[in-house]
Amino acid sequence: MQQTDVARAKAPLLAVRDVSVVFGGIVALNGVSFDMHRGQILGLIGPNGAGKTTLFNCLSRLYQPSKGDILMEGDSILARPAHRIAEIGIGRTFQNVALFPNLSVLDNVRVGTHSRTRSNFITDSIRPPWVGRAEAATTKRVDDILGYLDLREVAHVPVAGLPFGTQKRVELARALAAEPKILLLDEPAGGLNHEEVYGLGDLIRKIRDDRGITVLLVEHHMGLVMSIADHVVALNFGRKLAEGTPAQVQSDPDVIKAYLGSKDA
Amino acid sequence: MSALQDSVTRAPAVAAVPKGNIALGYLTSTMVVILLFAVPLFAKNFVIFQMTIWLIYAIAILALNILTGGSGQFSLGQSAFYALGAYTSAILMEHFGVNYVLTLPVAGALCFAFGFLFGLPALRLSGIYLALATFALATAMPQILKLGVFEHWTGGVQGLVVTKPDAPFGLPISQDVWLYYFTLVISIVIYVFAVNLLKSRTGRAMMAIRDNEIAASAMGVNVSLYKTLAFGISAGTTGVAGGLGAIAVQFVAPDGYTIQLAIALFLGMVVGGVGWLPGSLVGSAFIVFVPNLAEEVSKGLSGAVFGAILIVVIFLVPHGSRQVAYKIQDIVRKIRK
Repeated sequence: MQQTDVARAKAPLLAVRDVSVVFGGIVALNGVSFDMHRGQILGLIGPNGAGKTTLFNCLSRLYQPSKGDILMEGDSILARPAHRIAEIGIGRTFQNVALFPNLSVLDNVRVGTHSRTRSNFITDSIRPPWVGRAEAATTKRVDDILGYLDLREVAHVPVAGLPFGTQKRVELARALAAEPKILLLDEPAGGLNHEEVYGLGDLIRKIRDDRGITVLLVEHHMGLVMSIADHVVALNFGRKLAEGTPAQVQSDPDVIKAYLGSKDA
Repeated sequence: MSALQDSVTRAPAVAAVPKGNIALGYLTSTMVVILLFAVPLFAKNFVIFQMTIWLIYAIAILALNILTGGSGQFSLGQSAFYALGAYTSAILMEHFGVNYVLTLPVAGALCFAFGFLFGLPALRLSGIYLALATFALATAMPQILKLGVFEHWTGGVQGLVVTKPDAPFGLPISQDVWLYYFTLVISIVIYVFAVNLLKSRTGRAMMAIRDNEIAASAMGVNVSLYKTLAFGISAGTTGVAGGLGAIAVQFVAPDGYTIQLAIALFLGMVVGGVGWLPGSLVGSAFIVFVPNLAEEVSKGLSGAVFGAILIVVIFLVPHGSRQVAYKIQDIVRKIRK
C-alpha cells in the first residue's frame, strides 16, 4: 500500500490512514485508506450503509475513529474538536441542508466567516469604529461570494422560506466563506431534479477551477460522480472496494457486484 | 414579508426573530426615547417610581431575551441572578459605603461570572431540562440568602435597607425623578449594547447555535463557549437590573426574589415577543401594570383576573407584542404603497 518516496514527493493534502469506526459491535468502517491531492475532485461512492457518511463525519470530527488516523497537510486532525476543523481549511455541507433557518442568507454566510474572523462580546456590544470596519469588510467578502453563487437577490430573505435548490447554494456559499482548502460535500445532488444536478456538477467544477479548492464528493448520483470526479473511491460494508479513475472503478467487477448484486449473493 | 409571516405562524420551539427585525428603526426609537424623557414633566412621583420599576424589569426581560431569543436557551432562574445583583449593590452601599453608581458594574461583573459558571454544567442540558435546572437555582436562592453564615452581610430574613440617592450636582429634581432618569439612561445604554451584540459576530454565533448546533460547530463556532457566554451576559445584565432594583425600592429581602419573580420575567418575555428586544418594554409593562389593573377590577380575585387577561393575550397574539408590531408595520407599508 505504501508508495515510493518519489511518488510521495507531492504530499497529499488530506490522507485517510487505515480508519476504522465501530458502533457498539457494528463495524461501520474497516481500515479505509486513501489520499486526496490538491485540486482534485474525489468522488466517494458506495451503496446505502457502505460507510460514506460515517467517514464524512470522521473528517468533520463528529465521530472519533476507533483506529487509524486522518492527516491534513501532514498533521493529524483527530485531536481537534469539531469547531476547530474549519480553521485548518476543512469546510462542509450537509446531506439534508443544515442552515440557520431564521437567519437571512447574508447572515448564514456571515456565520461561515466565523473561523476567519476575531471578536469578543465586549467590543461587539460597544461597537467601536474598528469593529464596524471589520464587519463591513466581512460583509463585503460575503457579498462577493453571494454574487459568485448568484444569491444577491435573496440576501436579506430568511433561508427557511427559500426553495431547496437555493438553500443548497446558500450552504455552499456558507462553506466557501470559511475559505476552505477542502470542501466536503455530503450528497449535494440529493433532492435536486435532473437539470439542477448537472448545473451543480458544473458549479462544483467551477469552484475547484476558480478557487483551487479540493473537493470530496460523497454522492449517490453515479452520473454526477462519473462526470466530474478525477478520482473515485468505492466503499462497501465499511471497506474500500476499489479506487481509481471513474472508468476504472466503473468497470471493476467488485463494484459492479456491490451495486447490481451477484448470483451467489 | 411572506417568509417572515411563515416563521411567525409556524411556532417552533424558540420562535426566533429574523435578525434584521430585532430592534426598532431609528425614527421609532427616537420617538420612544423622547417620550420616555418627557414623561416626568407631566407625571406624579408615584407614577414616576412605577415607571422606574418598569424600566428595571424591562432590563431584566431584555437579559432573558438575549439568552432565549439569542442563544435558544431557557431560564427560569433569572430571579437568582437578579437577587445576587440586588444584594451586591445593597451590601456594597450599606456595609462599605460605595457610591450607588459604582455598585452596578460590580453587580454586573459578579453576576456575569456566576452566570458563566452556572452555564458550564447547564451545557449538558437543553430545552425543558435546562429550564428545570435553572428553576432549582431560583428556588434555592432565597434560602441561601437567609442562611445564618451570611446574616452579618445580608441581614438574614430581615433583609437590608438601602439609602435612596439624591439627585447630584444640586439638580432641583426629586429623588424619584432623578432615579428615573438614571435608570432610563442605563436602560438605553444596555438596550443599544444588546442590539449591537445580537447584530455582531458574537450574536450571529449565538443565533447559529440556536438554529443548528452541529452546523454552527462546523463553521468554527465554539458551541460550549458561546452558550455559557450567553448565560453570563444574561446573568450580568440581570444583575445590573437587580442592583438598580435594590436602589429604587430601597430594600432587599430574600422573599422579594422568589421563583415568582423568575416566572414573571419569563412571562414578560413571552408577552413582549421572544427575541424581539423592544418587546421587553411591553412585557415589563404587562408584569408591572396589569396586576394593578386586575386589582382594580376585583380585589379578591385579582389573581384570577390577571390569569384571564394573560390567557386572552396569549390566544390573540401568541407571539406577543412583536406580532402586533409586525402587523402595524405591514399596514403602514400597505398605506404607503
